[in-house]
Amino acid sequence: MGANRVTTEGESSGFAIHPMDQFVIKPLFGGTEVYWYTVTNVTLWMAIAVLCIAGLLVLGTRRRAIIPSRTQSVAEMIYGFIYNMVEEVTGHDGVKYFPYVMTLFLFILFANLLGLVPTSFTTTSHVAVTVTLALMVFLGVTILGFIRNGIGFLSMFWVSSAPLAVRPILAVIEVISYFVRPVSHSIRLAGNLMAGHAVIKVIAGFASLAVVSPVVVGAVAAIYGLELLVAVVQAYVFTILTCVYLRDAVGGAHH
Amino acid sequence: MATEATKAAGQGGEAVGMPQLDFSTWPNQIFWLLVTLVVIYLLLTRIALPRIGAVLADRKGAITNDLAAAEELKQKALKAEKAYNEALAQARADAAKIVAEARAGIQKDLDAALAKADAQIAAKSAESEGRITEIRDGALAAVTEVAKDTAREIVAALGGKADARSVAAAVTARLKG
Repeated sequence: MGANRVTTEGESSGFAIHPMDQFVIKPLFGGTEVYWYTVTNVTLWMAIAVLCIAGLLVLGTRRRAIIPSRTQSVAEMIYGFIYNMVEEVTGHDGVKYFPYVMTLFLFILFANLLGLVPTSFTTTSHVAVTVTLALMVFLGVTILGFIRNGIGFLSMFWVSSAPLAVRPILAVIEVISYFVRPVSHSIRLAGNLMAGHAVIKVIAGFASLAVVSPVVVGAVAAIYGLELLVAVVQAYVFTILTCVYLRDAVGGAHH
Repeated sequence: MATEATKAAGQGGEAVGMPQLDFSTWPNQIFWLLVTLVVIYLLLTRIALPRIGAVLADRKGAITNDLAAAEELKQKALKAEKAYNEALAQARADAAKIVAEARAGIQKDLDAALAKADAQIAAKSAESEGRITEIRDGALAAVTEVAKDTAREIVAALGGKADARSVAAAVTARLKG
């Protein structure tokens, strides 16, 4: 529907690039209002992500083979990768939060990768989604920190290895950096995804000029490859930062 | 204002600014995100993660068992090799013993045969020597006799008158000398 619109407008105005159109949230079954319960393209692509995750981790492992099939090895590889990450970064106590970290990683990974399917919708390019994810991590880690360490959790802001005179200043900086965490955590993911997709769209828009279209095809292919890398790397970055934050809560003060 | 922007976007079919900053769609996105995360979490904790964990543990167990079995088989093989080497050494020793016994037996027989042969040869040579002595003595006696006869004949032929006894004495003296 959106593609048709762009084409017709492109014909009428000659040169129309709407890089942000791909991020518009639309109700799937007609109507214009988007209520909190409306089934939208967000719903569709999140559901597809769930189906992909179920296909890989549930259907792919249904034979429980000692000698794994290809799909099962991929599932086991992801499992081992995240499990080791959680164990190495947060320590042995953090392993019980592995399912949460795994949920985050799989959702972000598949949302990112599905966003690269042409004409699809990238759920993780929306700040609403990434802010929710980052706030869940932030609040979860903070609450967990207070539950596990009590008021002692605050000692992570009091850098005991620094000279006494500097400590109050450092404490202020630590507190600020602590509260900036969810902002950087969420904007990093959404920004990377949005920028990449917008750039592809802008460059692809130049394809209507016959002279540059071969260059455009090459450029889009190259950027697509880069975006594939970004999709995986950003999922990894979000996950490992989650683990790093979790370590503060699980392991107590580390400074 | 944001809602109006959405309406404009929906009706006009074009994004105004960044759709990300259209806060009217936030509740929708957050709601569906939470639903999605809960579904993924349930899928993982109820089915996928325990299953994969069990498979990995099974595999680890299987590998450990296989390694243990391999180690056991290796020990058995080493034991078998040792037994084989022992049997081989035993067989060699037995063979050497049998060879030595056989050699000793043969040597004994040989020695006996040699001794017997030596005895026979000695007996034969003694007998031969006796006979040779006899023949020599006989020959000497014959020579004396012939010499005496010849001397007598020569003396007779020379015209002398030969006394048989003195001729014999002269010949005997000559033969001795």
